[in-house]
Amino acid sequence: MASSSERNPPPFPASEKPEPGLSDMADGDSDSDEGADIFVSNSLPTSVSRGVSQPEEPADLFGQETPTAKPNGVYSDDDDLFAEAQADLSSDTPGNSARKDLSTSSGLPSARSPAALQPTSLEQLEEEEAKDCFDVDVAVTNPEKVGDGMNAYVAYKVSTRTSLPIFKSKVFSARRRFSDFLGLYEKLSAKQSLHGCIIPPPPEKSVVGMTKVKVGMDDPSSVEFVEKRRAALERYLQRIVAHPLLLQDPDVRDFLEREDLPRAVNTQAFSGAGFLKMINRASDAVSKMTIKMNESDTWFEDKFQEVDTEEQQLRKLLAVVDSLVSHRKELCVNTAVFAKSMAMLGNSEDNTALSRALSQLAEVEDKMEQLHQEQAGTDFFIFAELLADYIRLLGAVRGCFDQRVRAWQRWQEAQSTLQKKREAEAKLLWANKPDKLQQAKEEINEWEAKVTQYERDFDRIGMTVRREVLRFEKEKAKDFKSQIIKYLEAMLQSQQRLVKFWEAFLPEAKAIA
Amino acid sequence: MMQEEVNEATSVLSVYGHTIKVTEALQDGDTLTFIIVSQKLSGTGEYHVDRTYDDFEWLQQHLYAQEDVPGIQGVIFPPLPMRPQANASAKVMKQLGFLGLGEWQPYCKALETFLRQVAAHCILSKNKAMEVFLTSIDPPGRQKVKRNIFNRLSQAVGELRKEGHKDVDEFFQTERDHNLVLTGHARTAAEKFLDVALTEQKIAVACGHFAAALQICVENGDDPEKRAFSRVCAKLSEVFDSIKKNMMSVAVNDMNTLGLGLDLDWRYQEAEREMLFRRTCKLVELENARKNAERAKPVKKSAMEEVKKAAEGEFEQICKVAKQEIVKLNQERVGTVQKSLTQWCEQQLQTAKEGADIFNQHLQAFKAMA
Repeated sequence: MASSSERNPPPFPASEKPEPGLSDMADGDSDSDEGADIFVSNSLPTSVSRGVSQPEEPADLFGQETPTAKPNGVYSDDDDLFAEAQADLSSDTPGNSARKDLSTSSGLPSARSPAALQPTSLEQLEEEEAKDCFDVDVAVTNPEKVGDGMNAYVAYKVSTRTSLPIFKSKVFSARRRFSDFLGLYEKLSAKQSLHGCIIPPPPEKSVVGMTKVKVGMDDPSSVEFVEKRRAALERYLQRIVAHPLLLQDPDVRDFLEREDLPRAVNTQAFSGAGFLKMINRASDAVSKMTIKMNESDTWFEDKFQEVDTEEQQLRKLLAVVDSLVSHRKELCVNTAVFAKSMAMLGNSEDNTALSRALSQLAEVEDKMEQLHQEQAGTDFFIFAELLADYIRLLGAVRGCFDQRVRAWQRWQEAQSTLQKKREAEAKLLWANKPDKLQQAKEEINEWEAKVTQYERDFDRIGMTVRREVLRFEKEKAKDFKSQIIKYLEAMLQSQQRLVKFWEAFLPEAKAIA
Repeated sequence: MMQEEVNEATSVLSVYGHTIKVTEALQDGDTLTFIIVSQKLSGTGEYHVDRTYDDFEWLQQHLYAQEDVPGIQGVIFPPLPMRPQANASAKVMKQLGFLGLGEWQPYCKALETFLRQVAAHCILSKNKAMEVFLTSIDPPGRQKVKRNIFNRLSQAVGELRKEGHKDVDEFFQTERDHNLVLTGHARTAAEKFLDVALTEQKIAVACGHFAAALQICVENGDDPEKRAFSRVCAKLSEVFDSIKKNMMSVAVNDMNTLGLGLDLDWRYQEAEREMLFRRTCKLVELENARKNAERAKPVKKSAMEEVKKAAEGEFEQICKVAKQEIVKLNQERVGTVQKSLTQWCEQQLQTAKEGADIFNQHLQAFKAMA
């Protein structure tokens, strides 16, 4: 029923052994809530290495024993990773006071109040991107089944380590369920202030997957499903906190910090392909609008086209990777069957040396099966999930383009309403109805203000979108590159293990005759 | 003209058996021709001949047809690979196993092994047909030799019943039981290993697709961020191309060494099974002859006794040859398996080391990328 508490996320799919090489750093047990052990990942490479944090080895994120891992440029190579940071940041009471100081001390881009906005050049935007260092790391671990039967759900431990004063403590954690993550996305998407931002989409709901888990969490496909989801939720949060604006958001803070969250409802929208459906519907609505947008700047049109093309390409890539993963799994099965057949052949041999060699061969093949298993996992977790994430992210990019167009629409509609009000006023003047005239004048003022406001909103959103897309592309190249490096490291390790297997077997083969 | 020469029972092979090579397979429309090269004993050079599968069958039939050689039925005949077929049915493909993969190298190797085994066999090498096959410029007579139904296991169902007939000799009974078990396991092992090699090929192909699909993502543009991503895609495409090549090597190594080895082992077990069956049939014949001789009426008695004596003599010969063959097979088998396992291991080790090197190079290149 309730699976063992406080255990490390199982590696893909059901092997009990931790990944060699990955956990050659501090193999912390996860029983302690605080301390360096939280972020030791014993599973296959799953954590997206965000832009600034590029550890040299695939080790745990914050091993204090390994000062070479620099989560961000603020830290120096000494035992207390946060010492220097604490000296820099204002040390006032945790909570709201540090908001203003935050922008200067951690160099976040300051585009926040529309009224004070000046159109900045592209170079300035890029400069602000470069100062984009942040100081928070999150991990999602310890999936645990809560409850029984069809009402059961899985709770995950969300652990945060940070030195930012906007948070109440430096190291803390909370238990969250899947719908909480969806709820967070819903809240962020709805915010006017975040319009134009590329809000990372959460992983998809899966009725089939969850039903299996509700029934029992122990079979390999359930384990695989839970691990896949855990890793996806982790990447989702990591992308959110990597975004300077989102990190500021109180809902994000609540999500990470609060003991209990109000249960998120209305998460129906995000089932299965629901998310993409939603985006597509919005796109359709935009394209059907009567007033065609007059682009003074072809940048937006060009980019939108690029995003579309890229999404097609990524889908194609994902299809190929999926077939690769399934072939690798097939190889596992075939290798295991072959190993068994060799064992049987070895057992029926009279010649002892031959029998021994064939049994050894069967063992080697068993080890290879394990290797193939891991390789399938690596292919999957690194490439398939990366591609799937970016397909969803591109959907989000399209979404923010649409938001800009809608902002333009609103501005245009306000202008036409204003025009109508003015015409109405003129009519009233002509008809000489002074009592209604006052109201008309008030309405005109109201709408003039709105037109001004909406124009500013539109400009602001345009700038946000540009900035976001730039940031997105930079992150994308970095993300892919770091994942590929992880992949190659894993491949290299596999090959080296393979070499060892063969070297060990060769004398056995030679010794037969 | 060739027919008369072949009627002579024995000759000495004029080539070094271990130098026989099947160097190529040439396809010309429907005809498939194999080039066979062997070194002359006299040291004066080589014989180059071209032969089709029909010629191989001609040779095999002649080997079977040596009825005057005492105990010929006790010989474990080197197995000839099945006829290669284009667009073979699934059943035939399964039978062909490794030899049906469409690569000619393993198939040529299997034919080569067949010829070498015949040349190395003290009885079979003396057959004139072998000399003609290896040395004659003209192809051996293509007319169909009377098909000697030598492989009796493929005969009518009624015959199969005899396979279980209890033996009079403990050595042979043990060998029959053991052979039955081994044949099954060896065949399964060969089949399952084929599955492994085929899946490895599939993975290689999928990697190739991935590399190709990545190339499509590469764009030349001015945008620095786009360029960065394009570079990543281009490099990753190279990586997967390497992975594909590595995987293909792994599959080819599998096929050429252990694959062939397991295949040969299984077919030799089958050949032994055929031989043991022939002997068992002879045993049944002998037991019937004894019964007939016992029960014969005086008129027929001496005739029956003759028959019985002949049967006894033949059976004795067969047992003598069979025993030698079994001992030889069991000895050689160990060496053959050892060789194929060692070769397989060495080749895979080599490929794995090369793979590690290449992945390391790619890794360093990626790390060095801006």
